[in-house]
Amino acid sequence: MNTIDNSILTLILLTPLAGAALTALAPERGKLPNWIALLTSVLTFGLTLHLPAHFVLGQSGFQFAINQPWIENPAIFYHVGVDGLSLWLVVLTGLLAPVGVLASWNAIRERRKIFFALFLIQQTAMFGVFISLDLMLYYGFWELSLVPMAILIAMYGRKDGPRAALKFFLFTFIPSAPLLVAILWLYALTGSFDLVTLQILIAHGSFPAGPLYWASFAFLLAFAVKVPVFPLHGWLADTFSEAPVALAMVVAGKLGLYSMLRFHVGLFPAQARALAPYMVAFAVIGILYGACMALVQRDFWRLLAFAALSHLSLIVLGIYGLTFTGSAGAIYQILNHGVVDGALFVLLGVLYDRYATSEIGAYGGLAGKLPRTATLFVITSLAMMGLPLLNNFVGEFLILSSTFSGVSRGWTVAASMGVILGAAYMLMLVQRIFYGPQSEMATAKPAIDLRVSGLAVLWPLAVLMLVMGVAPSLWLPAIEQGVRSVQGKDAVVLPVFVGPQSALFASPEGEGQR
Amino acid sequence: MSPVPGIFRILPEVILTLTGVAVMLIDASLAPGFPRRPLGWVAAMGTTLALWASLWQLSLPQGTAFSSTVETSAFTIFFHVLICGIVLVALLLSLDTLPEDSHHQGEYYALVVFGAVGMCLLTGAVELLVVFIALEISSISTYVLAGYRKQTGRGPEAALKYFLLGSFATAFLLYGIAMIFGATGTTQIYEIARLAQAAPNHLFVLAGLALMLIGILFKVSAAPFHVWTPDVYEGAPAPVVALLSTAPKAAAFALLLRVAYEMFPSLHSIWAPLLWVVAVLSMTVGNLAALRQQNVKRMLAYSSIAHAGYLLAAFAGLGTSGIAAASFYAAAYAAMNVGIFAVITLVSGYDEQLPMVEDYRGLVYRSPLLGGLLIFFLVSLVGIPFTGGFFGKFYSFSAAVGGGAVWLAIIGLLNSGLAAAYYLRLALAAARRSSVKNPEAAVRAPQVGVAVGAALLLAVVATLVLGIVPGEVLRAAQAGAHTLQAPVEISAPADPEPRP
Repeated sequence: MNTIDNSILTLILLTPLAGAALTALAPERGKLPNWIALLTSVLTFGLTLHLPAHFVLGQSGFQFAINQPWIENPAIFYHVGVDGLSLWLVVLTGLLAPVGVLASWNAIRERRKIFFALFLIQQTAMFGVFISLDLMLYYGFWELSLVPMAILIAMYGRKDGPRAALKFFLFTFIPSAPLLVAILWLYALTGSFDLVTLQILIAHGSFPAGPLYWASFAFLLAFAVKVPVFPLHGWLADTFSEAPVALAMVVAGKLGLYSMLRFHVGLFPAQARALAPYMVAFAVIGILYGACMALVQRDFWRLLAFAALSHLSLIVLGIYGLTFTGSAGAIYQILNHGVVDGALFVLLGVLYDRYATSEIGAYGGLAGKLPRTATLFVITSLAMMGLPLLNNFVGEFLILSSTFSGVSRGWTVAASMGVILGAAYMLMLVQRIFYGPQSEMATAKPAIDLRVSGLAVLWPLAVLMLVMGVAPSLWLPAIEQGVRSVQGKDAVVLPVFVGPQSALFASPEGEGQR
Repeated sequence: MSPVPGIFRILPEVILTLTGVAVMLIDASLAPGFPRRPLGWVAAMGTTLALWASLWQLSLPQGTAFSSTVETSAFTIFFHVLICGIVLVALLLSLDTLPEDSHHQGEYYALVVFGAVGMCLLTGAVELLVVFIALEISSISTYVLAGYRKQTGRGPEAALKYFLLGSFATAFLLYGIAMIFGATGTTQIYEIARLAQAAPNHLFVLAGLALMLIGILFKVSAAPFHVWTPDVYEGAPAPVVALLSTAPKAAAFALLLRVAYEMFPSLHSIWAPLLWVVAVLSMTVGNLAALRQQNVKRMLAYSSIAHAGYLLAAFAGLGTSGIAAASFYAAAYAAMNVGIFAVITLVSGYDEQLPMVEDYRGLVYRSPLLGGLLIFFLVSLVGIPFTGGFFGKFYSFSAAVGGGAVWLAIIGLLNSGLAAAYYLRLALAAARRSSVKNPEAAVRAPQVGVAVGAALLLAVVATLVLGIVPGEVLRAAQAGAHTLQAPVEISAPADPEPRP
């Protein structure tokens, strides 16, 4: 068991890479690449499940850790490990991989080899970001994650892929330049890229304050673009409308948000506190701005993009509220967002596949013709809106309630407005696509409902939404432990989350308005 | 003096010279219609042998020969191996891409090898006159090679521009050498170092340094001495550009390192700010100009100017770390640049019917192998982790940050973000579906032969090794840096040099 524990993270990193090599070498015959990718991703998901199964609650620090020298000078270590913060994110990444493969099953019709090989490399890069504890290793995976994404958007974009790919790449690549300088600066002063070492050194105040502030700002900027946070979201809508479904559902959110918690709040607690008021303001603006923009979109990919902006901003609010509960809620909400957004992307991808348009106005009255799609779409939309008993409710509640009691009532009220607007645009989307009179297009084209592969993906996700909604205690203990380790003593510790059941019946401001 | 016979100290140069002479003689004695291609293999084998000889020199004790004019040290061996490797790849590339009926094929291979002699000697010379002779040997070969396609108008134009501007720059260098000789009474580098330390502000020494810098910076095509680069690259055949853009530059950077860190460490406060400015200018000018280029070779010419800037950033580093970073960057840059020019040679062909970015459209679909390699090398040029380009930049900028030049690193990394735009433009063109407008591009499916395949493989492996396990190469670069910092004992007593 010990050898497995020692090498499990390396296995998780290498399995998709091996799958990618296999896909690239295998002949492009029929759906062979699809099958290799599916088997690889299912296998990887299985491997990621080893982590929660053997994760020891109550043991602080990183688990399943490996710390091997990689390059002598500069001292870069292959240092990987997970704690409560990254544990479930790794599992989520593993879960979304087969979902992505199945969503691309019929949608990708040519050059399957390239697509699936790059998709699997992207997997490795994301796992790498979540488990790296050496800043250079982390930076390596962070940058690596851009490349397959950009190429795939360029090659498989719907209308003008290359333009969207360029936009995406430059938006995310340029801010990583200051990030690298900041990392190098930390190294020049300490001779270490190790996250834990640097955390201790920074906590002991062994750095000049002014430059340290700028270094933390460089970190934050790179992450804020990747999330994206309000004024930096220019790439999001184009990327969402161009990227293949399997990639669009992982492009935004979790990498940046996780990095904020681990490498900004976790590494620079004092500086993060100084920047937090601004981040809270940007987050609330993002929530409202995203929701308002989503209300008026006529293209469902763009609607989804602005909805994502709104939801991701809520998570940013949770992180920069700097409260214990808020951070735990933020991580939980990253998981929820991954599941719900993933499902929504798959469903809209199905519609786009059948009808080849993302114009919401062209749809109408599909519920009668595609009953299964409609059912799943409604469930997912309800989850997205934050209906109690479904998963988003728990995360939103944790974030909003902690903001209310720990940060500011005004901001909380404003942020809660975003939740209401969220319900509005989602319901309008459902209504305009599935209900009302059947549109011309819906009548003219043959109706092909979800088939086995689609159902095999979506029902488990729907069930997961429900389970995560009623039993968050399955996930939260590990997350709370992770948050505690990140925030350490510096955090404004609130009373620990009292338990999901009582939360369901509580009626705090914001939630009660619905 | 060391007991090692002097000839062993210049063994790689000797082997290369013999190879070049052999190639020329065989060429002259063959009947006119006889295929000249095997001569390329002879040259490649000679270069391989020279590479092994350089590695074998590792077993020699560090030292000088021929009255302290050439030296063998970890530093020279590092650059010898690098240059021989580049020349080998360029020869393999030429073997498959020079048209079978082209004139003077034998001379082509001989010139490449003679050029290598000059470059190798340049990295080993510790006597300014030998430096000058070596530089001329390498330059004259490359002037001729640049004009190899004399049927087209561009070829002679390229050669002439390169020759005129190049001679001008060499004149600067020579004038600088003369000034330094006037000030110190010697042309031996260790001696000069010793004397310059005694009189650091001697006017002639300063003027000599400035003039030498101009000559060398011209050779590495750093701004503002870069104007020849795009025209020459555009006019010269692609396999020659693969060589031109890497090997002579590596040799010139070796010389620059020697001049800066070995000859004039006492003038650090003079040359460091100068090179800071040149580095910033090169990156910015190179990248801004490359953004506007539609011709792939011109774009890569400007990109090479920018890369010269990234490399010069390493000179802001202190002593060993700066030298090691610059050496490493030279290797990383050579691997990826030779690779991308190999791909370009194959895609556009010897006659270069497809020179524009737009012509690369659909390459990934036409030839997944070449398309994939093109994207791979571009990704490395952008500087994405796990490729050589990343660690090159990484070492260079971390040396700069270590030397206190944080702004240089910030400017450099922002520049590399800017650079991503044009590299990606080419990569995305390759990933885009073919246009119907250019039927010629659509039908052309390049073939990859054995020699070219080997060249590509070498370049890919080198780029990956430098990106994933750079430890060994870096250690070699650091060993070289140490030898440059602590010069060898020679007959005349030379003080070990304390760092300023």
